[in-house]
Amino acid sequence: MIIVDDLHKSFGDTHILKGITTSFEKGKTNLIIGQSGSGKTVFLKCLLGLFEYEGGSISYDGKNFNQLSEDEKRDLRADIGMVFQGSALFDSMTIAENVMFPLRMFTTQSKSEMKDRVDFVLNRVNLENAHHKMPSEASGGMQKRVAIARAIVNNPKYLFCDEPNSGLDPKTAIVIDNLIQEITAEYQITTVINSHDMNSVMEIGEKIVFLKDGLKAWEGSNKTIFRTDNEVVTDFVYSSNLFKKVRKMYLDENQ
Amino acid sequence: MTYLHNIGLYFLMIKEMFRKPTKWSVMKHLIFKDIDDLIIGSLGIIAFISFFVGGVITIQTALNISNPLIPKYLVGFATRQSVILEFAPTFTSVIMAGKVGSFITSSIGTMRVTEQIDALEVMGINSLNYLVFPKTIALMLYPFAIAIGMFLGILGGMAACYFGGYTSIDDYIIGLQTDFIPFHIIYSFLKTFVFAFVLATIPSFHGYYMKGGALEVGKASTTSFVWTAVVIILLNYILTDMLLGS
Repeated sequence: MIIVDDLHKSFGDTHILKGITTSFEKGKTNLIIGQSGSGKTVFLKCLLGLFEYEGGSISYDGKNFNQLSEDEKRDLRADIGMVFQGSALFDSMTIAENVMFPLRMFTTQSKSEMKDRVDFVLNRVNLENAHHKMPSEASGGMQKRVAIARAIVNNPKYLFCDEPNSGLDPKTAIVIDNLIQEITAEYQITTVINSHDMNSVMEIGEKIVFLKDGLKAWEGSNKTIFRTDNEVVTDFVYSSNLFKKVRKMYLDENQ
Repeated sequence: MTYLHNIGLYFLMIKEMFRKPTKWSVMKHLIFKDIDDLIIGSLGIIAFISFFVGGVITIQTALNISNPLIPKYLVGFATRQSVILEFAPTFTSVIMAGKVGSFITSSIGTMRVTEQIDALEVMGINSLNYLVFPKTIALMLYPFAIAIGMFLGILGGMAACYFGGYTSIDDYIIGLQTDFIPFHIIYSFLKTFVFAFVLATIPSFHGYYMKGGALEVGKASTTSFVWTAVVIILLNYILTDMLLGS
């Protein structure tokens, strides 16, 4: 479980995060949503320890990140898997080498053990025959699946995904969403996903934190987001005509 | 202030580069790959330039000796001194700042832009040790490339004598052996080691700390070349004064 308490982050005079307090539960897909510029990416990078924050605290299963030494922080990061928006695969390595990379860095497994583990996770993300391809030869959806495979190969405790669906067609996006949710439940990982894709919100938002202007504007789940009267949230969620109609139908049915 | 900040950041980068080393089984592959990319991959251009510049030095020296009292073996002497003392260590390094330096800056810069460096950091890997340390170690073999450059520069001079008839091969060889001071070789290789460190770290600094997108990678490569060349020329002056000055 990750607990965030009164988190503040500024760049120069610009106050980006203005005191966010929330928690992300183990075995659940936790979504951070909000409009562009709401502070989602900065919040995620603070969670990952890529940005230093000025105020508040983040604790990972009781370990306060800011009170750890640099070496302890690096050790903690070995328990973190991350799926970047652009996948961030190492372009000089094949897909199999990319997935094997965390094993080579952090384990003392033999080559055959590492190969077996790579085969297993690549099968898990439905990429049985892509071992020898270079990342540049893979489609956007394949690259995302490789990034997920690389993130989970070392059995992380925490999985972070920055807009895992960006640039993907709706069908592939659902496949990626479902894959992340299955893996989260299967391995009891604390998963935090940064997204502004409403399909993801409805599909896998077991916990949703809505940010606006660096503040938490709302917190709930995909089951409660339809019923909320919070204007900021409804403005965002029902910004498309399709969702407006869906909401009207939902409210009509439940009246 | 920006310059002071960047100088401080550069030294902090060097300190950080030695912390939390990457596993040796991984590091050795990175070092061999960088030796291949940075040293072996540069031998061709070093050999080509050294051979022909050695030839040009010989021709220029021979053509500028018009006084019959000046012995012809001076051509070999001047070529040896020019190639060993300055051309091979310093000017080849400036050329390498363009070739090797821009390669290092653009490769690390592209990793920054595509979040590959963030990916390393998130995994708990010391990205500076992973990316910069193997390049620094690989470039410690740079003096071998420069030794080849020295040899080929002198050979190029000899070829110019042979094919152009500027002086006899015997005179040229006598010139090469005249007043030879072994410390000049030590001085030259000491400079080369320092330049190798500069060639590895300044371009890495510009790539690692760059911000922006593809266009900024190009700009960072250009800036990196300019600063690497400036630092090499400045250090050349300081080292020459320290090691050869009275």
